[in-house]
Amino acid sequence: MLAPLLEMLFRTIMSQRIVIIGAGQAGAQAVTSLRAEGFAGAIAMIGDEPFAPYQRPPLSKAYLMGTLERARLFLKPETFYREANCELILGVSVRVIDRKARTVALTDGRTLSYDMLLLATGTRVRRIKCPGADLAGIHYLRSIEDVDGLHAVFQPGKRLAIVGGGYIGLEVAAVAAKHGLDVMVFEAMDRVMARAVSKPVSDFFEQAHRTAGVKLMLNTGVEAFEGASHLEAVRASGAAYPADIALVGIGVVPNMDLAKDADLACEDGIVVDQNCATADPAIFAAGDCTWHVGREGVPLRLESVQNAIDQAKHAAYAMLGKPKIYSEVPWFWSDQYDLKLQIAGLARSSDQIVVRGDPGTRKFAVFHLRDAAVVAVEAVNAASEYLVGRKLIVAGARVAPERLADVSIPMKSIA
Amino acid sequence: MPKIKYIDEKGTEREADVPTGWSVMEGAVKNLIPGIDADCGGACACATCHVYVDPAWLEKLPPKQDMEETMLDFAPDVQPNSRLSCQITVTPELDGLVVRTPKTQH
Repeated sequence: MLAPLLEMLFRTIMSQRIVIIGAGQAGAQAVTSLRAEGFAGAIAMIGDEPFAPYQRPPLSKAYLMGTLERARLFLKPETFYREANCELILGVSVRVIDRKARTVALTDGRTLSYDMLLLATGTRVRRIKCPGADLAGIHYLRSIEDVDGLHAVFQPGKRLAIVGGGYIGLEVAAVAAKHGLDVMVFEAMDRVMARAVSKPVSDFFEQAHRTAGVKLMLNTGVEAFEGASHLEAVRASGAAYPADIALVGIGVVPNMDLAKDADLACEDGIVVDQNCATADPAIFAAGDCTWHVGREGVPLRLESVQNAIDQAKHAAYAMLGKPKIYSEVPWFWSDQYDLKLQIAGLARSSDQIVVRGDPGTRKFAVFHLRDAAVVAVEAVNAASEYLVGRKLIVAGARVAPERLADVSIPMKSIA
Repeated sequence: MPKIKYIDEKGTEREADVPTGWSVMEGAVKNLIPGIDADCGGACACATCHVYVDPAWLEKLPPKQDMEETMLDFAPDVQPNSRLSCQITVTPELDGLVVRTPKTQH
């Protein structure tokens, strides 16, 4: 009796189609994981950019610098999608999801049916709203095309005004300073990367940028862009700062309109459970676009390669009927000048911080503890601290703060 | 174009043409050679592109930088010939390089 039943089940799975909306890091990982986990049906991936999935992190670093050519950005070779029998539908958006009919309608007029749907829609840049925001010369950075547009005007001596002292703004500032541009950064908060890192790390990077010649203006919100048709100046805190180019890096917003229109629950992202499943048993979501429950039990949205990869894996497991709880330790990195910032865990819940090493040596780490257990580490040029920190977080290990702070004790013996 | 040979833990050999200037990791990923995850895409941030370099080739490689050395320190099953393949840039001199991939990257 079992054999015919299995055969029927097998045939059903073989004939299924999974549609992935979004051709980014999460989408590409989902294709890999679905095939690795044995899914034999059809896969279609829809992306609104004209490119196959590519890495975004180098865009604001080596790709902007010009040391990494476009071909090296792609996550997979073209043959991968053919061999994985994944139909890539690029330069096309999804207009609407019909949950009842289990179809998606595309902007090219096609309608695709699905048995299961993965929303890997990512984010889009937050646009600045102020007078002059539509002037020529104002750039954003999210896609290959954004950087190509910026490249054309990225010349030594140009005055670049960066709005927002977050990861994107500061990574671009570092590249621009190296490239000989005259760089100003306007940050509305009282320290840089305030949303992402602790104060000692902010203070360190602030100093590093000032040393490199970047003019950093904290507590300075941009009020307007001025110019006849092209940007000529940035108005901030009542003063006008002459500028040839502006780069706005004030964060991103999740792409969740399709989910909302389909009556799927959304907060600051598409709501999923710990298996990356939405309330509709046929629909899953992964990556930057999800509002999910992290390992600390608090719902949140993460913008990271790690989360895109790991959630895509978990969505694939769940789609194929073998769900695993998603509780990975988040990790992030940023490259600015010769400084590599590596972060593991989330510092927001900590009740104590321990600085290990002297920031003056350009190599140090900040550990975050809660109830004496390590919950996060921020490491600058300090890979041991980062890697051991990650292990301690996974283990939920308690470590005496004075041991963490003592650089004469090697990290290996703390692990 | 330099040829790099990747040998997996079962002994299966795969050869790839890798452009000069690319990393040994990229050569594997762009040619669908299994055994190298490279989650971070080559930023020396994840230590999931660990390989064992054929001893005959070790001397020809540029030395490890501090960051690579430390990241490797914590990778599983590290040997004296361990390297992070994202940190090995392919040059004409490395034509014929042989690397072995480990059982696991995590």
